[in-house]
Amino acid sequence: MENERRVVSVIVVNEASVLSRITDLFSGRGYNIESLTVAPIPESKYSRLTIVTAGSVRVIEQITKQLHKLIPILRVYDHVDFVEKEMALIKFPLAESITDIDILCQAYNGKIVNVGEDMIVAMVADEPRRIDNFLKAIKRFNPKEIVRGGAVALER
Amino acid sequence: MQISGAQIVIEALIAENVDTVFGYPGGAIMNVYDEIYKQDGFEHILTRHEQAAIHAAEGYSKASGKVGVAMITSGPGFTNAVTGLADAYMDSIPMVVISGQVPMSLIGTDAFQEIDAVGISRSCTKHNYLVTDASDLGRVLKEAFYIAASGRPGPVHVDIPKDVTAQIAEFDYSLPIELETYKPHTKGNTRQIKKAVEAIAKAKRPLFYLGGGIINSNASEQIREFVKMTGIPAVETFMARGTLRYDDPMLISMLGMHGSYAANMAMSETDLVIGLGARFDDRVTGKLSEFAKNAEVIHVDIDPASISKLVNANYPIVGDVKIVVEAMMELAREQVKSSRYESWVETINNFDKLHPLSYNEDVERIKPQWVIERIGELLGDDANISTDVGQHQMWSAQFYPFTRARQFISSGGLGTMGFGFPAAIGVKRADMKRTSINVTGDGSILMNIQELMTAVEKKLPVINVILNNNFLGMVRQWQTLFYDKRHSETDLSVQPDFVKVAESFGGIGYRVTTKEEFDAALKDAVEKNVVAIIDVQVHRMENVLPMVPAGGSLFNMMLLEQKEK
Ligand SMILES: Cc1ncc(C[n+]2csc(CCOP(=O)(O)OP(=O)(O)O)c2C)c(N)n1
Ligand SMILES: [Mg+2]
Repeated sequence: MENERRVVSVIVVNEASVLSRITDLFSGRGYNIESLTVAPIPESKYSRLTIVTAGSVRVIEQITKQLHKLIPILRVYDHVDFVEKEMALIKFPLAESITDIDILCQAYNGKIVNVGEDMIVAMVADEPRRIDNFLKAIKRFNPKEIVRGGAVALER
Repeated sequence: MQISGAQIVIEALIAENVDTVFGYPGGAIMNVYDEIYKQDGFEHILTRHEQAAIHAAEGYSKASGKVGVAMITSGPGFTNAVTGLADAYMDSIPMVVISGQVPMSLIGTDAFQEIDAVGISRSCTKHNYLVTDASDLGRVLKEAFYIAASGRPGPVHVDIPKDVTAQIAEFDYSLPIELETYKPHTKGNTRQIKKAVEAIAKAKRPLFYLGGGIINSNASEQIREFVKMTGIPAVETFMARGTLRYDDPMLISMLGMHGSYAANMAMSETDLVIGLGARFDDRVTGKLSEFAKNAEVIHVDIDPASISKLVNANYPIVGDVKIVVEAMMELAREQVKSSRYESWVETINNFDKLHPLSYNEDVERIKPQWVIERIGELLGDDANISTDVGQHQMWSAQFYPFTRARQFISSGGLGTMGFGFPAAIGVKRADMKRTSINVTGDGSILMNIQELMTAVEKKLPVINVILNNNFLGMVRQWQTLFYDKRHSETDLSVQPDFVKVAESFGGIGYRVTTKEEFDAALKDAVEKNVVAIIDVQVHRMENVLPMVPAGGSLFNMMLLEQKEK
């Protein structure tokens, strides 16, 4: 129960320094951020943030309340049933088997997206926990670089 | 109306009925100061340090209930003000602080006197703005005043680049505020209120735990009535002093680290804490796991984040204390019988008889506690009491006979030495009819002593009473008790001549070593109605008692050893 992984989804007015208000709040109060994504909500003056954090029930409750206190925050969702996805990009040496990598990626909603002179880049997009598994599974293909996008979430 | 950004600032302040601005000019804010020169809608009070400008505005706000306003320049002007912002933030004081900034074209270039002011103030204000266009300025200022004063109050900082104050823009202050993301709850959930009152009626040993939110919400009249009606005893936090009259039979005293024995014992024995506008601060609760261990908790607060932050609330009620208490009274009038709590009140009175708030007299030197009591006897309701930070502050809270809300002005949350004198200047400005006393220490007074000039120039006759123990007394006390008497860097034996200091600024000074001299000095200072320092030589090694050591349980107090009188 202690320090469980939590997803908090926040809708904010899309204005200057709103992101630093949120990250300052986390660092100032000693909450940690595992991942954070942000982008504008189309055709609105708002942005949506997805923050993955960890903490006890009480800490999460405080995080939610403190977020609510920030003036430009419209809504905070936590403790709701989210659909969650995360994307990752992975760079492999060309020496590895493209077909094997491609098949594996497909199992995680991905594919090979770029083939260069000596490297290939693949992408996957799946639930964060499955991305964890995927990253374990590809170790044998000697990935050179991995970029995770951070979770994005939407209430069901 | 098409006017400059600087004129917009002036017009907005006038539209907000501001009558006093505390401030200090400099390059980036000069356009605004040029307009201040031309207007006569409000008075500008030039403090002699930006920190003091903020504290003066805090004192003004706390005494008057209005939004305090301060103005400063960029860079060092702003950074000097940060302590004040943090202080106002911790104590939820409604303030609008306007700072100049370098012109927009220079932002980000490490220009002369450029500092990322909103970056710094973000963590110590309720909200802040960097205004990048004069056409936003009127709206921003209107929002700033609204945000500062509504919900849980706090300081709002508005940073304005110099070129924005020169820009011409349309000004229309009548436009309504549209803050769709900010809507403070004030009413309180009816069902929760009903359940809370039922809990009160069922409790055997309920206790009112009164906090500073009551002062902010101007609810002390309602609280007095509620307490009287229910016959339930009450403890006050440091920030709530004056909510009940000192002689209210239901008032036990202050609780917490330096609370009275009876107040802390009552909190330890109660079966229902009725928390009103209080935030369960660590200086109040001591060791959390032992705090009010056998009690259920009703917690009324305007700030949802204060509820169940430290102590779990069984009956959480988000709302303005005044509105919620009015609703509670409606129900309590029929449901709550005051006779039910008589034996509980009796128990508490016995606690108080066992270890009353007291001190032992000394034949040779004045005891600091006596000074506080004596000011109370001589001035009572006619004085507003500001304090600095340290032992003198705790003795003021313990021993002054407070009769009303907004009478006691002190830095609670941040504990800022140097707060008292400028705050007392602001208090005087807000309440010219009453005597403004600053109870201070020989350490604290030197942290804003330059304000003698402000007070003398503006004829704001604050009386500074220094409880002079030749020590950073509060730190010395901890060293005596917890560091085996190693009094590291707390001895203030080397001191200025405070009488001459006062005189050199055009005030009046008194050195006092006897009770008779104190009476004479205070009477003279009140009569002459000028800025004064009364330097009272008090007992050097006196400790503030009772004391709950930091992190200890509330019921484990170091107590006064009473001598036979
Ligand atoms: C700005 C600031 N610096 C340091 C402290 C730590 N501090 C708390 S009380 C105190 C001693 C204050 O001495 P004095 O003003 O003489 O008051 P006394 O305790 O002797 O009554 C100090 C140094 C503080 N509260 N504020
Ligand atoms: Mg001292």
